[in-house]
Amino acid sequence: MNGMIAMAYLFSAVMFILSLGGLSSHETARRGNVYGMVGMAVAITATIAGIAAGAYWMVGIAMVTGAVIGLALARRVAMTQMPQMVALLHSFVGLAAVLIGWGGFLDPRLSLTGAEHIVHNTEIYLGIFIGAITLTGSLVAFGKLQGLISGKPLMLPARHWLNLAAVIGCIVLGALFIPADLSAGTVINLLVMTSIALLLGIHLIAAIGGADMPVVISMLNSYSGWAAAATGFMLSNDLLIVVGALVGSSGAILSYIMCRGMNRSFISVILGGFGSDGGEVAEGEMEGEALATNFDELAADLEQAKSIIIVPGFGMAVAHAQQAVSDLTDRLRKMGKTVRFGIHPVAGRLPGHMNVLLAEANVPYDIVLEMEEINGDFPETDMVLVIGANDTVNPDAVEKPGSPIAGMPVLEVWKADKVVILKRSMASGYAGVANPLFYKENARMLFGDAKESLQSVLAKLGDSAKTRSPREAVA
Amino acid sequence: MIIAIPKETAVGENRVAATPDSVRRLRDLGFSVRVQKGAGEGASFTDDAYINSGAEICKDAAQCLKDAGVVLKVQSPTDEELDLIPQGATLIAFLKPAQNETLLKKLAEKKINALAVESIPRISRAQKMDALSSMANIAGYRAVIEAAHNFGRFFTGQITAAGKIPPAKVLVIGAGVAGLSAIGTAKSMGAIVRAFDTRAEVREQVESMGAEFLTVEMEEEGSGSGGYAKEMSKEFIEAEMALFREQAKEVDIVITTALIPGKPAPKLWLADMVDSMKEGSVVVDLAAEMGGNCDYTVADEKVIESGVTVIGYTNLPSRAATQSSSLYATNLTHLLTDLTPEKDGNIAIDFDDEAVRGATVVRNGEITWPPPAPKISAQPKPPASKAEQPQVKEEAPPKKKSALSIVAFWLIAGGLTLWLGRVAPPDFVAHFTVFVLAIFVGWQVIWNVTHALHTPLMSVTNAISGIVIVGALLQVGSTGSALVTVLAFVAVLVASINIFGGFFVTYRMLKMFRR
Repeated sequence: MNGMIAMAYLFSAVMFILSLGGLSSHETARRGNVYGMVGMAVAITATIAGIAAGAYWMVGIAMVTGAVIGLALARRVAMTQMPQMVALLHSFVGLAAVLIGWGGFLDPRLSLTGAEHIVHNTEIYLGIFIGAITLTGSLVAFGKLQGLISGKPLMLPARHWLNLAAVIGCIVLGALFIPADLSAGTVINLLVMTSIALLLGIHLIAAIGGADMPVVISMLNSYSGWAAAATGFMLSNDLLIVVGALVGSSGAILSYIMCRGMNRSFISVILGGFGSDGGEVAEGEMEGEALATNFDELAADLEQAKSIIIVPGFGMAVAHAQQAVSDLTDRLRKMGKTVRFGIHPVAGRLPGHMNVLLAEANVPYDIVLEMEEINGDFPETDMVLVIGANDTVNPDAVEKPGSPIAGMPVLEVWKADKVVILKRSMASGYAGVANPLFYKENARMLFGDAKESLQSVLAKLGDSAKTRSPREAVA
Repeated sequence: MIIAIPKETAVGENRVAATPDSVRRLRDLGFSVRVQKGAGEGASFTDDAYINSGAEICKDAAQCLKDAGVVLKVQSPTDEELDLIPQGATLIAFLKPAQNETLLKKLAEKKINALAVESIPRISRAQKMDALSSMANIAGYRAVIEAAHNFGRFFTGQITAAGKIPPAKVLVIGAGVAGLSAIGTAKSMGAIVRAFDTRAEVREQVESMGAEFLTVEMEEEGSGSGGYAKEMSKEFIEAEMALFREQAKEVDIVITTALIPGKPAPKLWLADMVDSMKEGSVVVDLAAEMGGNCDYTVADEKVIESGVTVIGYTNLPSRAATQSSSLYATNLTHLLTDLTPEKDGNIAIDFDDEAVRGATVVRNGEITWPPPAPKISAQPKPPASKAEQPQVKEEAPPKKKSALSIVAFWLIAGGLTLWLGRVAPPDFVAHFTVFVLAIFVGWQVIWNVTHALHTPLMSVTNAISGIVIVGALLQVGSTGSALVTVLAFVAVLVASINIFGGFFVTYRMLKMFRR
């Protein structure tokens, strides 16, 4: 029986690897998701088969309840809310890891001694520690993304020292806890550590600004993986270890990619606060003035342009403008124009967020390109529409070495013949840096809600096409 | 200080180093100006015009150059002229320092300071004094005019009652200042213009002038320093020749402008190419002075070979003397403005000024040529490399990891794992093996995930990390403690939310992606 369960676990582990491998391309992605489901189903079935039949009813109730809640959440969530959904789900993994860790600790069946005892206790301790940070950290991230908590970084005095103190406290408690046997003292010890870890999770994530959320979410993703791996060690379960390691490295890679996209070190992001390592953000003096445009002009410009690149940012998600963008794209493509999208790696609040939004609005994915793919094409482009993006198109990153965002790879939209920026105001982005793009000669601002603006432009596009066609027929 | 402008003595030289206009500006700098009688004749500037702008007219060169502080000329001075220039004076002219070492020696002997205008570095700040570019601009224009003059047809295509006229096809080789000027002129006359250059960076400029840019399909960049081209490899030249042979059969007019600094002009338009051109075609060789780009070129002559006119006039700017004089005079005025920071009519040769340093070939009896190489190219660098530079810099440090630190890392890592293996129970060692291998598998697999699918990746890994449910299931079923059972029950519940929610939301997202 145990051999069969082990083989079933092996099978699921392979399925999970194939599942992640499937995401390497759009064509195989859905198959990948199915692999994941199969792997999960096999793993759960095999585990349930191995436990006492007396507990089936309990498992049944818990899983059905969980399934109902999970499916309801997943069905109702809007694609713009995907970041918070993912954050919330992370917190569940964290919670489960904490609970399982405590369960493992309190489990009366085990009586280990010597090195095994120490290893086991270390695993419990680590599992709970990581799990607790993931739990509260994800909840804070969820709150920030949902707008329940202010997106501004929380800057407590001496916050780095607080973090350090918390970590040292946990290490000291751990040193006392690990060799000790189960007793009232160790229970209190573990409780104290759990609370410290919970508070640490809150504080760590509260200190990170909204713009860094892509990194935070992928980091929490990584943590949830490590928590699962620690649980696997505790329970001597290879499947958990493998999956934990997969998820952990996945999150770590995503965090790394995101950090690279912002040209910031991972350390400076998790320690929180933009500019915390680069001094105060200077208000750059701006020469010239930003020129506004209007719907008629924009519509006329779009009719003139042959090749157009649309650069969406978080503002598109906020304004729920993805459908309007898609409609405009459709119309322009039908007019025979080349329309493409340029996506910055950290656009939005989640890695790949913009792609999901555009996919939701039925924009074909083969015209949605990454920054590296499209950056060389801007000089040959007639027109760029920047929709709610700011820091990711800031020329200072390339042109001004002293800027706080210097060195961050950006979409070089200003090299196109004409740039129109759809924006609510002249406010700066999350980095708090003024954007000289707005003052460039070839740039025009279109103020207002992106969705409404685009719909108005779309209407004008239709108008002028109608009024013009008879004249053209005469000519 | 007196500025002297003698009449040019070289044969066929119609230009003059100052115009009435520039005389006025030189006087504003505090100089008094002497012009030799008839100096401006060839360029249609009368002596009266010079007098009106405040210059003194001298009857001959000797009188003009007597106690002059600055001598402005176009061509290098002859020995007779040299004798007339007083010691300590400053001479500014085209001196060809690279080919004319004896002249530099003589100048040094006579303690005459000399500035060669062709040595002014091609930096942005010195563009206003860049006489070579001014002259090249005129040469390019004039080359087209000469070609048109010798070409028996229209440049522009027309359909008339008397029949259809095809447009002339012009090939410009070398898209420097002269080449670009020729392109613009030919284009504005209605010709079909093609241009070839070894430097990929000029493609944009060529296309902006309305010409088609011809290239050789080969990875080689021909940019040298200072905005000039460098010599190319043998393979490249072969490919280039093949392209030219093909073009030779089609084009009516060829204008060659290829020069490599300090070397004879490369032979690009070979005899067989000329032979294969149509009767009545014209080749204008702007490199004639340096030996010519065309095999048939004879310097200063117009020759006809197999029905093709080959023009090798060396001093095209002089054929548009009024225009070239006024541009040259303006360039010199700018140079003198830099040399006269106090505007008190006294010049100071300041070697901290990069433009002045570059131009100065003799100072205080010492030859100061060649100057240190100019560092900045006046041509804009290809934009792509500019954008990439910061990134490259960022990535450089980790790559520089020394072999020693790599060895140290693996030694420490190895030592730690060995220690772990010694103290940890065998069970743990087995799990640890699985763990480390799984991390590497994950690392490999995740890097392949496309950026667009990062959000689905997150939600699917999220769902998968719900696998902790297995741990909870093991606890829920078979423990004696009620507390543990309750904890495990809750864990199963939340993990289920994760599994079902995660997979379903991933499914929803992936369903949306369409081609």
